[in-house]
Amino acid sequence: MDWLFKFPQLDAEFLLSVKRSIDGSLRALTRVYGERIEDFFYPLQQALIFFERLTSGAPWPLVIVALGVVAWFAARRWAVVAAVVGTLVAIGLVGLWQDTMKTISLVLTSTIFSIAIGIPIGIVMNRFKRFGGAMQAVLDIMQTMPPFVYLIPVVMLLGIGRVPGFIAVVIYAVPPIIRLTDLGIRLVDKEVLEAADAYGCSRWQKLAKVQMPLALPTVMAGINQTIMMALGMVVIASMIGVQGLGLNVLQAIANQYFTQGIFNGFAIVGIAVIFDRISQAYGHRLQKHRGETHA
Amino acid sequence: MPSSDASIEIRELYKIFGPAGAKHVENVRRGMSKADLQRQHGHVLGLNNISISIPAGKIQVVMGLSGSGKSTLIRHINRLIEPTSGSVVIDGRDVLEMGEAELREFRRSRTAMVFQRFALLPHRTVLENVTFGLEVRGASKAKARDVGMRWIERVGLHGFHARYPHELSGGMQQRVGLARALSNDAAILLMDEAYSALDPLIRTDMQTMLLDLQAELKKTIVFITHDLDEALRLGDRITILRDGSIIQQGDSQDIILKPADDYIATFVKDVNRVRFIKVDTVMTPVSPGEQRALPRIKSGTTLELAAKELASSEFDEAIITDESGGSRGLISLRLITASMSSSKAARFGRELGDEPGRNHVGRQYRVV
Repeated sequence: MDWLFKFPQLDAEFLLSVKRSIDGSLRALTRVYGERIEDFFYPLQQALIFFERLTSGAPWPLVIVALGVVAWFAARRWAVVAAVVGTLVAIGLVGLWQDTMKTISLVLTSTIFSIAIGIPIGIVMNRFKRFGGAMQAVLDIMQTMPPFVYLIPVVMLLGIGRVPGFIAVVIYAVPPIIRLTDLGIRLVDKEVLEAADAYGCSRWQKLAKVQMPLALPTVMAGINQTIMMALGMVVIASMIGVQGLGLNVLQAIANQYFTQGIFNGFAIVGIAVIFDRISQAYGHRLQKHRGETHA
Repeated sequence: MPSSDASIEIRELYKIFGPAGAKHVENVRRGMSKADLQRQHGHVLGLNNISISIPAGKIQVVMGLSGSGKSTLIRHINRLIEPTSGSVVIDGRDVLEMGEAELREFRRSRTAMVFQRFALLPHRTVLENVTFGLEVRGASKAKARDVGMRWIERVGLHGFHARYPHELSGGMQQRVGLARALSNDAAILLMDEAYSALDPLIRTDMQTMLLDLQAELKKTIVFITHDLDEALRLGDRITILRDGSIIQQGDSQDIILKPADDYIATFVKDVNRVRFIKVDTVMTPVSPGEQRALPRIKSGTTLELAAKELASSEFDEAIITDESGGSRGLISLRLITASMSSSKAARFGRELGDEPGRNHVGRQYRVV
C-alpha cells in the first residue's frame, strides 16, 4: 500500500538533470552575454543614477517647495499641500531625508516607465482580443508569482544594484496600469463609440478623442495602484542592492532594531500618502465635468 | 451641393445575427421564420428582405416596437452594422461596397446621426460636442466655431455653449445632439429614436423644431420611432416593421385608413384621427355648378384644423382649394364628425369578429 501514500514522482535523477541543465545554461548565458546585457542596460543605469542624484543632491527646501507646487497644481487644495509639506518635514526631522530621496527617485522612475509601457500595452490588449487574452494570463502570473522567484534570474544576469532593482519593481508594479487601461477603454459607453464611428472617426481619432479621455479616470486609478505597488516593492528590492528606506528596514529586521524599522516604515507610508493624495486629487479633478461634484 | 439630392435606395436587405449568418440567407428567402431560425440554427433574424425607396428631401419614418429591427435598419444606412446580404444605394453608390477610407469619407460628409441616449462626449463642452464632426473632418477651429455657434443658437441653446452635457436637461442634451448633426451639413440625417427618451411635452417641442428646420433645410431624414403619433406627425412616408419584416409602407393616411393587418390596426385604433387625417382624404367631389360663397380651406389641412375653422365661421361646409386656388372638393362638419366616429365603428366591428385588415372606413371616403 506504499504507492497510495507516496505520489509517483518523476525519476529523481531525471529531475536533477533537468534542473542542472537549465541552471547550467542560464549560467553559461550569463558568462557569455553578461557583459553585453550590462552594456544594454547601461543607459538605464545612467538614467537611474541621474535621477537619484537629482533628488538626493537637490537642496532640501527646493524639493519641499517643488513637491508642494506639484500638489497644488494637482489638487488645488491647501489641505493637500499642507499634508505633503508636513510629511516631508517629519521625515527630514527623523534623519531619513537622504534615504527617502533615493526611494522617491526609484519609485518615480519605475512608475513613469511603467506608465510609458503600460498604457500602450493596455491599448493594444483592448484592440486585439486574442493578444488581450494571452496578456491577461501573463499579468496573472506577474501578480501572483512571488517576487523572489523572478529576482533570481534578474540577479544572475545583472548582478545586484539599481538596474535589477528597477526591473523587479517594474515587473511588480506594471500590471495594474495595463489592466485598468484595458478596462477603462472597455467601459466606454457603446453609444458614444457608435457616435464616433457615425461621424467618421478614424481609429486613431476615436482613441485620442473619445476612448482615452473617457477612460482617463480609470487609467488614473491604475496609475495610483502602480505607485502603491512600486512603494510596496522597495523593501524586497533592497535585498538586491537597492538603497534607500527599504535597506534600512532590511537592516532593522536582521538586527532587530525595532525603532529603526518603525521610523523607516512610517517614512514609506508617508511617501505613499503623498503620492496617493496627489494622484487621487488629480484624478478627481479630471472627473469634475462628469458631475460627481454636481449632486 | 444642395443637400436635398440624396435619395436612399435600400434593396433586399437581410441581416442575420450569428457566426454563420450568410449560410442561412437562402433559408430565410425560402420562408424560414424568425422563430425557426432561432430554434434550429441559433441565429437571430434581424432584417428580412427590406426594400425601401427613400426620396430625397423627405422625412421617412421607420416605426416598430422594440426588437422589430428598426434600429438595426438605420445602422445599415451608414453601415455601423454590416449586412448579411442586400444593397443600400445613396447617390448611385452602394454604401455596402465602400472601402474603409471611402466609408469614412461618406460618413463625414454625407450623413449625420442623432442617438436615443444622446451619445454626447461628457468631457467636452456643448460647443466642443457640436463641432465634433467638423473637427473629425479636419475643419479649421475658427470655421468650426462659427458653424457650431450658429447651430447652437438655432436649436435654442443660446448662452449654453460653454456648459458640459451633465449640466443640461435631457431635452437640452438632445438639442446638442441635433446641433452636432446639423453642423455636419450632411444631406442625410439619421435619427435613431431621437426623442424616445424625452418626456411628452419636450418631445412635441422637438418635433415642431424638426419640422421647422426641415421646411428650411430639406434634408433626407430617416427617423426611427416606436410612437405612432410621432410617426404620423413627422413622416412624409412611414414604414412599419415587425420581427424584421416590413408590414406596411405608405403615408400617414394609408396607415390610419388602411392598416395592412391587425398588428397595425391595434396601433392605429387609439390614435386621435382628426389630428392626422387630411381633408383631402375625406372630401366629397365638388359639383361643377357650386356657386355658394363658402369658406376656403387649403388642401392638406387636417380635419382638426378644418373643424376649428368651420366652427368659427357661420357655415357648415367649406371648399378645399389647391395651391393655385382652384377648388378640389367639399368638406362639411358632418363629414368630419363621421370620420371621427368611424374609428369607433371600426373598432366595434373588429370586436364583433369582422375580418381584419380590411378598410373599415365607410364608402364616402375617397383615399388619395
